[in-house]
Amino acid sequence: MTDYTRLTAAEIADALASGTTTSVEVTQAHLDRIAEVDGAIHAFLQVDAEGALAAAKAVDEARAAGEKLGPLAGVPIAVKDIVATKGLETTAGSKMLQGWIPPYDATIVTKLRAAGMPILGKTNMDEFAMGSSTEHSAYGPTHNPWDLDRTPGGSGGGSSAAVAAFEAPLAIGTDTGGSIRQPASVTGTVGTKPTYGGVSRYGLIALASSLDQAGPCTRSVLDAALLHEVIGGHDVMDSTSIDAPVPPVVEAARQADVSGMKIGVIKGISGEGFQPGVKQLFEESVQLLVDRGAEVVEVECPSFEKGLAAYYLIMPSEASSNLARFDAMRYGLRVGPEGVDSPSAEQVMAATREAGFGDEVKRRVILGTYALSSGYYDAYYGQAQKVRTLIARDFAAAYEKVDVLVTPTAPTTAFKLGEKLDDPMAMYLNDVATIPANLAGVPGISIPNGLASEDGLPSGFQILAPATKDERLYRAAAALEAALHEKWGGPILAQAPALTAKAGN
Amino acid sequence: MSDLSRDEVAHVAMLARIQLTDAELDRLAGQLDQIVGFVATVGEIGADDVPPMSHPLPLENVTRPDEVRPSLTPEQALAAAPHAQAERFAVPRILDED
Repeated sequence: MTDYTRLTAAEIADALASGTTTSVEVTQAHLDRIAEVDGAIHAFLQVDAEGALAAAKAVDEARAAGEKLGPLAGVPIAVKDIVATKGLETTAGSKMLQGWIPPYDATIVTKLRAAGMPILGKTNMDEFAMGSSTEHSAYGPTHNPWDLDRTPGGSGGGSSAAVAAFEAPLAIGTDTGGSIRQPASVTGTVGTKPTYGGVSRYGLIALASSLDQAGPCTRSVLDAALLHEVIGGHDVMDSTSIDAPVPPVVEAARQADVSGMKIGVIKGISGEGFQPGVKQLFEESVQLLVDRGAEVVEVECPSFEKGLAAYYLIMPSEASSNLARFDAMRYGLRVGPEGVDSPSAEQVMAATREAGFGDEVKRRVILGTYALSSGYYDAYYGQAQKVRTLIARDFAAAYEKVDVLVTPTAPTTAFKLGEKLDDPMAMYLNDVATIPANLAGVPGISIPNGLASEDGLPSGFQILAPATKDERLYRAAAALEAALHEKWGGPILAQAPALTAKAGN
Repeated sequence: MSDLSRDEVAHVAMLARIQLTDAELDRLAGQLDQIVGFVATVGEIGADDVPPMSHPLPLENVTRPDEVRPSLTPEQALAAAPHAQAERFAVPRILDED
């Protein structure tokens, strides 16, 4: 009997279209897998078995009635808990929103439902997407399926781990500074951050509005393109949504052709702090692209080295404004200060935010408030915005010479749980290669490119394209994926340890 | 290096409406000082004549037709409120007592 949890979304879709299986059967198989392994992984904050099976039954009936269905109809999906799902608890990994049942769906959820995709549940994340390890979740960390003592990256570690552990063929992530790509890198999965404005932000709990972008988390490049096509496109409910068709991502993933493509390697980006095994795999991947007909060009992006500093001013500044909405008045937690008889609204706000926010959220809100405050604005937020311009100019100059840029996605493979928890600066350094794309608004993808020689853990290869040219990501990523599969004899997750044995611990 | 003092952190936390215990303040002040020291390095880049960038898209005013569309009912809008009364959000007192 086929184990549908081991198939890609494209393979499941084919089996559904040919009548070999039903969405109910496939959805149940994933729910069973979640029941079996999620005790060890903790990728999910909520599992909605009832809702997922009802959606699966509806799509099976529609198919039986001969209705025209989309390419991913009946394929189940997991959704990051930062995305509003009507009737299904949405917490963003925070105590502040414990028990919050959204009265509406995010646009991407509306699109998933319209595409006939059953929602398995909501995935764990760093609180309000602030973190690179999922350890800042108020509900406990997620464990990396490759090694349960290690983090699955963050903030979207729940989505990446769910996909890596075969609990879901597809998941939705969000990426403000790398929260889709870095978790993909350390779990041996694929993740795309589309062009800013390519996917609607309506119904996403905002972290940094000029940086946030939702995108696919999958096990194959084609699956990412198929999901990208479902969730992408213009939305009148998001004023920053691009009014243009979704780029031809699926076609590009099927072409998988890099012949004649100019690939830019950024001089000096993988310097200090990069693990030797990660660098070695990066160089091997570049060579594989050359073998397939790509041309390598070295480019300079001198302002990228200040990207991390600029990001950790811009993101907290925007976050401090966005998180002002958690004021204990309209939704979420309300806590009164101790020992005060008739507290004022201000006292209730301060006590609620003390109780409802974790340390990392407090750090970033305070940092952002400081960076925006009178007397410091020009030196911090203002200067960071200028650096942002310089980074966008570096990208523009590089794309005059090359079609795509490539880097290692993250400096290291998965680190141990607890290793960087008390050292915020060490945690922030994980984002060094992913952040420039968010600052400039350009799209990026991470695909697994091997196991590092030091520790046998997955590493990621990042491809970046110019804004609105998302299809280039998929053309290059699919070509590299094909070359790597040829080398490995199959996908990288076939080499991951069996979880069922470990899950009993 | 920065010199973000414990008092400054306490002041900014108050502006951000986050109450902090003494122990939290001790811990966060040290960490924030280190982080501010790092982010302040944006000042090392010469950018006097560079325009600031607030957003990746060249945004103009974005409008849509002003049409009545389905929206939340008062019950739905108030369903998650910590306290509601008479179809309104009920809040603690907003003025000082004296």
